[in-house]
Amino acid sequence: MIPAAFAYRCPATVEEALMLAADAGEDGKFLAGGHSLLPLMKLRFAVPEVVIDVGRIAELSYIRDEGSHVAIGALTRHHDLERAALLAAELPLLACAAGCVGDPQVRHRGTIGGSLAHGDPASDLPAAALVLDAVLVARGPSGTREIAVTDFFRGLFETALEPGELLTEVRIPKPAGRGWSFQKFTKRAIDWAIVGVAVQGQHVALVNMGPVPMRAAAVEQRLAAGESPAEAAAHAAEGTSPVADINASAAYREHLARVLTARALAEAANRA
Amino acid sequence: MKVAIKINGAQVEAEVEDRLLLAHFVREVAGLTATNIGCDTTSCGACTVLLDGESVKSCTMLAAQADGREVTTCEGLARNGQMHPVQQAFHAEHGLQCGFCTPGMVLAAVSLLAENPDPTEEQVRSGLEGNLCRCTGYHNIVRAVLAAARDAREAS
Repeated sequence: MIPAAFAYRCPATVEEALMLAADAGEDGKFLAGGHSLLPLMKLRFAVPEVVIDVGRIAELSYIRDEGSHVAIGALTRHHDLERAALLAAELPLLACAAGCVGDPQVRHRGTIGGSLAHGDPASDLPAAALVLDAVLVARGPSGTREIAVTDFFRGLFETALEPGELLTEVRIPKPAGRGWSFQKFTKRAIDWAIVGVAVQGQHVALVNMGPVPMRAAAVEQRLAAGESPAEAAAHAAEGTSPVADINASAAYREHLARVLTARALAEAANRA
Repeated sequence: MKVAIKINGAQVEAEVEDRLLLAHFVREVAGLTATNIGCDTTSCGACTVLLDGESVKSCTMLAAQADGREVTTCEGLARNGQMHPVQQAFHAEHGLQCGFCTPGMVLAAVSLLAENPDPTEEQVRSGLEGNLCRCTGYHNIVRAVLAAARDAREAS
């Protein structure tokens, strides 16, 4: 399969990337590792006229300890997240979730920024970012702004990023609640999650339980009210709207959400 | 656009369409057909090559993204007429049946062992999760990778 024709641009800096994006307008698309966008382009579900490859902007690949939070450059690859000593110590959930993405080849190319900006509710990293209360830093024609991750995912493949805005950094506060778990249910090793659950402390988020990655609000409220993890997990499917597809019915996904949430809360409690 | 990629140590330069995939650059521009295109959807790993030493699926990369970088295909593994230790291990352990997945499987194994020279069987299995064998010949493939790791340890 061959993508539709496009013009390839390869900026060396963020400034240059933003100028190219402004010139391209709605016909332009940023390319990072390309492991979400290129498959869509090969299927011609995405047909950008200008592809702006930000993958070589070295200044956007880093993992830094900033005291109260960890700053991660948007172009940091899953492979680097998976192996970073700083994340193993401070954000093991993120390292674990990154190591669950695709397969080694995918993790050698895919990036945290690309994964979040793609806005796919079946991806692993959005749920991790949600329970970790990440702050997303975007640069655009009108400057730099911070977006709370809870405001970031707006719809299926839709985020709060404005046209021409580039996600540049993910800031993650060091979590107070240390217990964590990442549960991913798949039929085959490299598949997307049929359902997934991320837990950090008392925060719970769901993968593939609706058009956007979401926090399991009903579970969190019940945990906060003092209910047991098992009691709270029984409410994991409340407020969700999972799709039915070739892998699972909606009812089966709801069942998985409850089961996986119970497992995740139990594992997190053991690690706390 | 003009793309220049060092493939197996030799510079390959060509004027290509911006949308050309790396898999097609390797096969059709460089003429190196060990790299197979299987599923064409990032699933099967038959098109795996090394990009600056790390395994990637060349059906899911633009040739333009590899411009100025180094690519290794299965043709580039042998040295002085001697098969690469991982190739030798696939041969000795019969780590192939029809052979279609083999170039990608070998390169994925080379990348895996570069990152983890002493893997457990479980780590080999999960490390090869991006490569499918349509003959389901995984058992000997895993044995071959473990043998290659063992041979390297004994040789050092």
